[in-house]
Amino acid sequence: MESVVDLALLGLLAVTAFGVLRLRNLVAVVMLMGIYSFLSAALFVVLDAVDVAFTEVAVGAGVSTILALGTLALVGTRQKRHTKSPTIPLLIVLVTGGMLVYGTYDLPRWGQPDNPVHGHVAPEYLEMHVPLAGEEGEVLEVHIPNIVTTVLASYRGYDTLGETTVVFAAMVGVLTLFVGSRRPRRTRGSPADDDGEDGAS
Amino acid sequence: MRDQIILRIAAKILVGPILLFALYVQFHGDYGPGGGFQAGVIFAAGIILYALVFGLDRARAAIPTSIVTWCGTLGVLIFAGVGVVAMFMGGNFLDYGVLLYDAEHAQHIGILLVEAGVLVTVFGVMVTLFYSFAGRRRSR
Repeated sequence: MESVVDLALLGLLAVTAFGVLRLRNLVAVVMLMGIYSFLSAALFVVLDAVDVAFTEVAVGAGVSTILALGTLALVGTRQKRHTKSPTIPLLIVLVTGGMLVYGTYDLPRWGQPDNPVHGHVAPEYLEMHVPLAGEEGEVLEVHIPNIVTTVLASYRGYDTLGETTVVFAAMVGVLTLFVGSRRPRRTRGSPADDDGEDGAS
Repeated sequence: MRDQIILRIAAKILVGPILLFALYVQFHGDYGPGGGFQAGVIFAAGIILYALVFGLDRARAAIPTSIVTWCGTLGVLIFAGVGVVAMFMGGNFLDYGVLLYDAEHAQHIGILLVEAGVLVTVFGVMVTLFYSFAGRRRSR
């Protein structure tokens, strides 16, 4: 039963991806990408990764769609026609894809209990122990039922701080870009700039 | 979109519960799926919905650009600050166990504060991004 759901979701993912590739109307493409995100989230739920699914829906299907639509309002909604021949890109994609598929043969089987990933630090984490400060070897139970939160915020606090900093860096980047590009337009000061042709948005 | 009455009423009804749900996701993150990141995005989504329906200007009047930019910075400071405070109290960086009299409570408080930092940063950054994109005029 689960494999039927998996196959159905993966099939829908493939259909959505082809739709994204084929369509030239970028608004429709953005909507399809939101659907793609939603389908991925459904796959994560099937894999029991509800936290990841939650993030995927909120960021991928929610905020990203809005930001992409905001970008389309700036750059227009029609994709330009490609003039170059697609042979070489297709070749590169096929070779890379083939290598990736070949690489999967060396991966351990999915969901096996003796996979390397389950034998590293995960068992320790799952026993819900957090080392006490300073004292070597002493451990303490932390009653936080959601192990994902414990891992993210406590065991892997450094990683999460890093991720938060990356999000912050994204803001700095966008602000720098937009402030940098606004100034020259203001100094140019031609009256036509003031109420440009943005009626389409 | 200000003259679309169905959209306006629906948005008016939805914005409050969305913000409340974000707080639920934030504070229930210890027990169920969720946490600072998701809560921040949901909170930002509530503001963005308001801005989409009622106009960017009214959203900016409610939550000014300077505040959201400030939030984006503040969250990282809260997160790193918890780590530095832990260092001053004799532990390692981001070692919550030393923050309170009792290590278990300290872990809870540490995780709570850190998640609050993530919430504030993600909320600030998402709304800043939206304000920046939506506030720009179309270039030719």
